[in-house]
Amino acid sequence: MNASNSIKVTNTIDQSVPPSLRVDDAPRETSERNLISDFAGPIVVFAIFIGVWYLLSTKLLPPQKRFLLPTPHRVVQEGFLTWSVGEQRGLKPILRSLWDSIKIAVIGLFITILIGTTLATLMATRRWMERATWPYLVALQSAPILAMTPLIRALIDGIMLQRILVVVLIAFFPIVNNTLFGLLSVDKSQHELFTLHGASKLTRLRKLQFPAAMPNIFVGLRISAGLSVIGAVVGDFYFRQGGVVGIGAQIDIYRGRLWGAELIAAIILASVFGLVVFILFGLLSKVAIGKWHTTTRGR
Amino acid sequence: MAGALGFNNVGMTFPDGTKALGGVSFDINLGEFVTVVGPSGCGKSTLLRIASNLETETEGKCEIDRNSIGYVFQDATLLPWRNVRKNIEIIAELHGIEKSQRTKLAQDAIDLVGLTGFEDKYPRQLSGGMRMRASLARSLVMKPRVFLFDEPFGALDEITRERLNDELLRLFQIEGFAGLFITHSIAEAVYMSTKVLVMSARPGQIVGSFDIPFSYPRAHSLRYEPKFAEICGEVSLALRGALV
Repeated sequence: MNASNSIKVTNTIDQSVPPSLRVDDAPRETSERNLISDFAGPIVVFAIFIGVWYLLSTKLLPPQKRFLLPTPHRVVQEGFLTWSVGEQRGLKPILRSLWDSIKIAVIGLFITILIGTTLATLMATRRWMERATWPYLVALQSAPILAMTPLIRALIDGIMLQRILVVVLIAFFPIVNNTLFGLLSVDKSQHELFTLHGASKLTRLRKLQFPAAMPNIFVGLRISAGLSVIGAVVGDFYFRQGGVVGIGAQIDIYRGRLWGAELIAAIILASVFGLVVFILFGLLSKVAIGKWHTTTRGR
Repeated sequence: MAGALGFNNVGMTFPDGTKALGGVSFDINLGEFVTVVGPSGCGKSTLLRIASNLETETEGKCEIDRNSIGYVFQDATLLPWRNVRKNIEIIAELHGIEKSQRTKLAQDAIDLVGLTGFEDKYPRQLSGGMRMRASLARSLVMKPRVFLFDEPFGALDEITRERLNDELLRLFQIEGFAGLFITHSIAEAVYMSTKVLVMSARPGQIVGSFDIPFSYPRAHSLRYEPKFAEICGEVSLALRGALV
């Protein structure tokens, strides 16, 4: 079962008994065992989390600071069960601003994937491209993007575009890095098979490198998708105007007005969004490569 | 060209100065199965890489019909994202053969190696022996005149290995290609071949040549006949000489 620990398992020859036997048996065995750990684990952690939360908001925090962390039932009551009070309070404004951020994250992610995979492909096929861009990609990854907000504002018109750019800048590196790594780590003898039969560069890319890179590409996608959510939410703090606000801006408003229940409800929903994106890309990867790639099993 | 494959005083020196091969000469005709045995790192694989044009010889000349080569790697090198059928179609695909014809060619090859019924399985669902069968089928699709084998069964257990030896000999009899086979196993070499060549340590040179007198088809029991043991002994002796 150590197969799930390594990405390159698929290339090794297994000389032992027909793996088909294990392939048939393994999922059944793990699914039974996982039934307990899959559900019991998260439930226990959730219970502890709620318990600590109650303890904090009713006992541990000094009374004058308890407004910062309302009890869980107040958060549910005021943040989730109240539809709308005035312009800003209740579930409706939270969902409205969340939807706004979702759009930004999705558009940003889409652009990231498009540019990122294209760049990675160029880097994989032309060494000078890799040499020329790699150091700057690494620099970009560690650059404090949010400190550049004045520059972004000065260079680009329109709040939508500015927010999308922040998403792209934050989510860019993992998709390039993982795609490039995948494209370049194809087995040598598989490359030779293609060389022997006169495959062109394009054929090699289409029929060998890209399929082989898919597991890595999906890892990159998953990381970038998570970052795009962070990028969208954090970008909201810096780019907003009038009626257009994302969930980050909404959170900032609650923070400023000391509306604890709404603040926490909004934070929870933003996290749930991130979680949904993570699960979604996990499923996508399972559908796309689960048939032949073992490490996606069980996620 | 004398045969389907001809090595004419072929030498190979790598850019780093390593002399892998020195003055290797032999021919293989259609219907001949030649096996090269030699110590590790003696340049056996380099021989195949030159024949298949993956490397270019630095001395002498290797003559071969480059359009009709089958190459079987040490490991099966199947593409894990393709099922058996699609894996076996890949070479035909790379040669631009149209879909309906290559499906037919692939099916013929699948039936020939005994993988019928496993067409839709993925490589990770197959045993090592079955993967190697798929790899053989993949090379068979284009009906190559020259077949190069780079220790294809080295990673398999003895029983699977012997069974695949028989399978391969059966294919050899049907197709009548010229075979060049690399192995570490003397018994495998003698069992399979019309001729066994012994190679010396680096730089690799042919230091012994043994014509194997047994006719095909060869039975498994051949391995236990005195004559077989005798030839194995001679090859082994030559191999020991090559090591000094």
